[in-house]
Amino acid sequence: MSTPLSSSAAGVGHGRTVAAGLGCAALLCAAGWFAPKWLTFLVTMAAANGLVSLGIVGLMRGGVVPFGQGMMLALGGYTAALLVNKAGVTDALLLTLAGGGLATLVAAPFAPLLARYRGIFFAMLTLALSMVTYGLLMKVDLLGGSDGFNVARPTLLGQALPDARAGYVMYVLTIAVATVVGLLARIYFDSTRGLVTLAVRENELRVEYLGGSVRQAMTINFMLAACTGGMGGALVVLSLGHVEPNFSFWTTSGELVFVAILAGWQSVAAVFVASTVLEVVRSFSSAYFPNTWQFALGLFLLLVIRFLPKGIGSLWMKGNTR
Amino acid sequence: MSFMLEARGLEKRFGAVVAASAIDIGLAAGERVSLIGSNGAGKTTFVNMITGYLKPDAGRITLDGRDITPLDPRAITRLGVARSFQIPQLYGDLSVLDNMLVANACHAGRLSFWQPARRPEAIARAEALLERFGLADHRQRRVAELPGGVRKLLDIAMALTGQPKLLLLDEPTSGVSAEEKFPMMDTIMGALLQETRTTVLFVEHDMDIVARYATRVVAFYAGRIIADDTPTVALATDDVRRYVTGDLIAE
Repeated sequence: MSTPLSSSAAGVGHGRTVAAGLGCAALLCAAGWFAPKWLTFLVTMAAANGLVSLGIVGLMRGGVVPFGQGMMLALGGYTAALLVNKAGVTDALLLTLAGGGLATLVAAPFAPLLARYRGIFFAMLTLALSMVTYGLLMKVDLLGGSDGFNVARPTLLGQALPDARAGYVMYVLTIAVATVVGLLARIYFDSTRGLVTLAVRENELRVEYLGGSVRQAMTINFMLAACTGGMGGALVVLSLGHVEPNFSFWTTSGELVFVAILAGWQSVAAVFVASTVLEVVRSFSSAYFPNTWQFALGLFLLLVIRFLPKGIGSLWMKGNTR
Repeated sequence: MSFMLEARGLEKRFGAVVAASAIDIGLAAGERVSLIGSNGAGKTTFVNMITGYLKPDAGRITLDGRDITPLDPRAITRLGVARSFQIPQLYGDLSVLDNMLVANACHAGRLSFWQPARRPEAIARAEALLERFGLADHRQRRVAELPGGVRKLLDIAMALTGQPKLLLLDEPTSGVSAEEKFPMMDTIMGALLQETRTTVLFVEHDMDIVARYATRVVAFYAGRIIADDTPTVALATDDVRRYVTGDLIAE
């Protein structure tokens, strides 16, 4: 007898999960102090992009996959970049929250509309929105056109970031934000709303006949995906020091979906592991096989789909949704 | 007499097919009513109009005096009308307990972003109901692996989670072997014993089941009600014997 995808053993409290999450974050922060800069930068990008993919996973739990999550990455990134360069807002934490907030605001009018669509229609509509955003970003000179623009270094809690430690501070901030958002996502996934989202994926008709609202569930999930996407986008841009329209291009969205599929929808931690795997494969492949790194990436995904169809999260989830 | 659910002058046509014609019916709290009729007689159309899945062309349906005719299925469910399905509508990849917890969460009203779905009091409520339906041993099993009869019972248990005023059971014993039908109905009716105020309306083709478990029978033919009485009286009428059971033709 195979085990169900979720069970009561998935637990009631989140004490152990929170402790494990905080423990991992503390360990990563401590390790980052001794790690080479290229490695802390790689993990920073992985954690920030992982936040963007986490939104996709949240939607996947409801049975839809957005192919335009790059739009949220771009919205968060451009919000943070413009606030730094044009409005003089430099606090990295504030900029991260602003990135998430603006992406949510932009997503809000589209969310109820998109909540009506499923399958390829949902995927294509989100892709269309991201490509419209890409087109706008390419054409508006104020936003730097096709080249984008560089972003000044942020501050954190009123402190300027020195050259030597700026990368590490952004690394710690990104780990901290990813940990908090990841834990909140876990709590949400295990909540009554989270369980109803799983039910929506399985049988929408029954959810409605039990008194639940399918459209409300999908609307909320889309807006939450926008929020995490925007926060991740802001963190990516603040660490990179540059923003460009390519963030909203379909290939970027494809990579984010790649991470979500690699992770599976059961585990939050798996999203960040998968994002790190992508960054590692991308970094090493482009260094050693500059013309064929997409081939390596595709081969890797094929192997995961063949041997771990529920993603790498299924390695440690053992039949529950945690 | 005041009725919990009243349908007055319901009409429904699908092109030239008359699915409901001048349907007048009132259901009191606690009744066990069986809807009978051959295929296409209008039973499921009637159930679908009560649950809001279909809108009548004319007529009005009230629940405790409130007009529910224009409401959608979700709104009607929230007012206390629950249903099970001829083909069980479950969440196959989830466990039996999680199916119950989904029902519990949906019926509870406002869903929470942080309140765990698998909190002890919700689990205890779900398990108590599973116990009444004899499903406690299956609680951790994946629903897709369950036999048909167990799935039927779970479907009904989920509908009962919200303690509905009106419970509609669409062919609760269909697809179940002849020897399993009575034990299954015993389980269902036993589980409903505590729900003395819940009106149960079940669509059924087996007249032995109808005779044993219903307190009232409503017979449909060509979208019309041809009998509405106690099982003994209703099943003996000429129209029912001619158009539903076929006894008169056989004689």
